[in-house]
Parts: sequence; structure tokens; C-alpha cells
Amino acid sequence: MLTPEEWGIVALSLKVSAVSILGVAPLAFACAWALARGRFFGRVLLDALVHLPLVLPPVVTGWLLLLAFGAQGFAGRWLGELGITLMFRWTGAALACAVMAFPLMVRSMRLSIEAVDRRLESAARTLGAGPWRVFFSITLPLAMPGVLAGLVLGFARSLGEFGATITFVSNIPGETQTLPLAIYAALQMPGSEDAVTRLALLSVALSLGALVVSEALARRMGRGHVL
Amino acid sequence: MSFEVDVILRRGEADVAVCFSGTAGITALFGRSGAGKTSVLDMLAGLVRPDKGRIVVSGQVLFDSALGINQPPEARGCGYVFQDHRLFPHLSVESNLLYGWRRARPDQRWITLEETCAFLGIGHLLARRPRHLSGGEAQRVAIARALMAGARFLVMDEPLSSLDAARREEIMGLIERIRDDLRLPILYVSHDRAEVERLASMVVQVG
Repeated sequence: MLTPEEWGIVALSLKVSAVSILGVAPLAFACAWALARGRFFGRVLLDALVHLPLVLPPVVTGWLLLLAFGAQGFAGRWLGELGITLMFRWTGAALACAVMAFPLMVRSMRLSIEAVDRRLESAARTLGAGPWRVFFSITLPLAMPGVLAGLVLGFARSLGEFGATITFVSNIPGETQTLPLAIYAALQMPGSEDAVTRLALLSVALSLGALVVSEALARRMGRGHVL
Repeated sequence: MSFEVDVILRRGEADVAVCFSGTAGITALFGRSGAGKTSVLDMLAGLVRPDKGRIVVSGQVLFDSALGINQPPEARGCGYVFQDHRLFPHLSVESNLLYGWRRARPDQRWITLEETCAFLGIGHLLARRPRHLSGGEAQRVAIARALMAGARFLVMDEPLSSLDAARREEIMGLIERIRDDLRLPILYVSHDRAEVERLASMVVQVG
């Protein structure tokens, strides 16, 4: 059904998305926690910053990533000294995906943390559990369906990432050409309608599957289910 | 075995100020709703910090603003039976019961799972999830969970308020047995005069 190259594109897309989501998950959770529970100066600003990639044109996000992680950028120079370069590499595509998926992940995780009944946490304290134990035995398990839903949603979002990726790491077959970029490239070529259709259907199937999983997880929230 | 409580909590317009020394048995906090009875229990459990004062239970200083002592909730040995029972929804009844027991030091444990189940008649509920318990069953499990955490004293916040008359009678009998057989000091909040008269050896008016 698919050519070997097309399987390669799917594998690359899955790799880029998985690495981006797993890499950024701890930071997303920390942000969600700070926004749900924190009472600190600059909370509104953090909230706005987190949501920025959701409303900025993706091409602007990609350009900002270029400025920061390009050879002359502050982060790019620092990483360059360590021998790491993200430009035109699949790792750069993963970074772009992570940034674009970040707001969705934080939103979902934040809602699930806010939904945890804090009276259960105080009950656990009276039963002899210190703050960290309460977090791991009560808060995290109760928030877990929402946290996982956030991960799956972020994964789906990053499978579809286009604008920031093509701006930041370009469209290089075998290195940064993920599914949406491959569809775009195929569209530019006359006579490749069949390839476009196959890749587009595949893209729909992957996204739909991720959304169904995410929705199923979100429904388990608040019912006391734990996976 | 006794309570020595003398605390002030500033709370918007009305301060909560109570001062009492309880003897053995049940000390009831009695008063209209909104007077701050639950706040007093929260202060004993360490969930709310008093602005000023001193809390001593059975000779152990739990809070003293003058000496800068404020024991965290997990170190107080306070078995809190909440009005809304607060069982952990993601754990089975058995895991709920063992939650505090596992965290208690061996020398703090004074009752086993078998003894607790026999005492409260909840052995048949162990495998269930809290959402599959009736109101009376949930309240018995909540009391059991507090005992098994190695509680040195109990605070109970209107434990009968959500129950029908038959269940009420049943739980009241149970509380009397905790008072008489287990000899735990109990601080008991209620706004029901009949309940207080039957259970308490001392009544403290709040508000």
C-alpha cells in the first residue's frame, strides 16, 4: 500500500513526535502545576507565555526558534559549544513540535490538577503522609488520566506540525520531512495525487486515533479510575 | 488523656476563639453552623494554623505560638473523621484502610486490619471501591481508616449528619464503643442537641 519511502516518512513523524512530547512532558507538568497551584508574582505572565504558540502564526514561532537556536542565536551558540546543532536536524523538528504542542499539554494537565479534590490531600496528611507522599499517592494518580490525555493530545498536535517546523529546520527528506511536510512536497509535484491521498488519509487516521484515545482518557477523569 | 485548647483564629469579621480543657471521653463542640466548629478541628489536626494560642493533647504539645511549635498534620496522630468521609476514590476500601497504617511506625500501630474489620463490621467491604459504598458504610470505613493510622485521638466533624435515622443509631453506638472500649479521647462537632447529650461528657459552646 505504502512505498518504503512513505513508511520512512511515517516512522520519522512518529519518532519526532514521540521524542518531542516525552522530552517536554516534565516541563509541561511543572508549568501546569505552577499555574494550577502556584500563587506567585508573574503568574498571569507565565500563563500568557505558555499560550503564545497557540495564537502566534507558526511561521513566527519558527522564526523565533531560528533566532534562538540558529548558529548565531544565544541558545544555538551555547549548544554549539557542546557539539549539538538542531538546525536542519530531526531533533530541531522535535523542538519545534514540542513548542507548538506545549500549550495544549499544559492546558489539559492544568485542568486535571485543578480537578483534584484538595480535601482528599488534607485527609491524607492527617493519615500520616508528608507532602511528597501525598503528591505521589493521591494527587498524581487522581490527575493521571488528564495528564495522559494531555500527552496524547500533544502527540496528535505535533504529528500535524507544519509551519514552525518548515521555517526552523526546512523540508529535508529523511531528516526533517515529517508527514505534513511530505504532503506539502508531494503537492508541489505534478502527478503525485495518489501519494498525497495516501499520506493525507494516513494523517487523518493517526490524528483521529490520538484524539479518540485522549477523549477516552479525559472521560475517566474524576470518576476515580486509575489506569 | 485530655485536650487543652486555647486558640484564636482571625477569620474575616468574626474571630474563632475557644478555650477549653477536655477530660477523658467525648468533648463536644456545640454551636450554630458557621461559628467555626470545623475550624477548631482543623486547627487540632494541623490543617489550619491558629493565629495565636496553644494546643496540647495528652501531654503532647501540638501547637504553641509562644514557643514556635507547630507540628505538621502527619506528625500529630490525629484521626480525623470528616463530614464527607473523604475516602480515596482511586483505592479499594482495603487500600484506604491500609493507607495510614503503612505510614505509621510499628510502635504507633495499635490495631490490626482484622481487629478493625471485626470491631466495625466492614470485613465484607474490603474489595469494594468507595463509590460503591452506602453512606453508613462509607462512614464506618472512614472511622476505621482513622483508627488504623494509629490515631491517639479522634476529631469527628458531624459524622452522623448525612445518615438516615437507622444508620445514625448504628454509628452512634459505634462511637460509644470507641469511647468506652478503645478509650480514645474524642473531640466531636455537632449542632444536634440530642446527639451531644447522649454522647458527650463535656460540652463546649462555640460562637
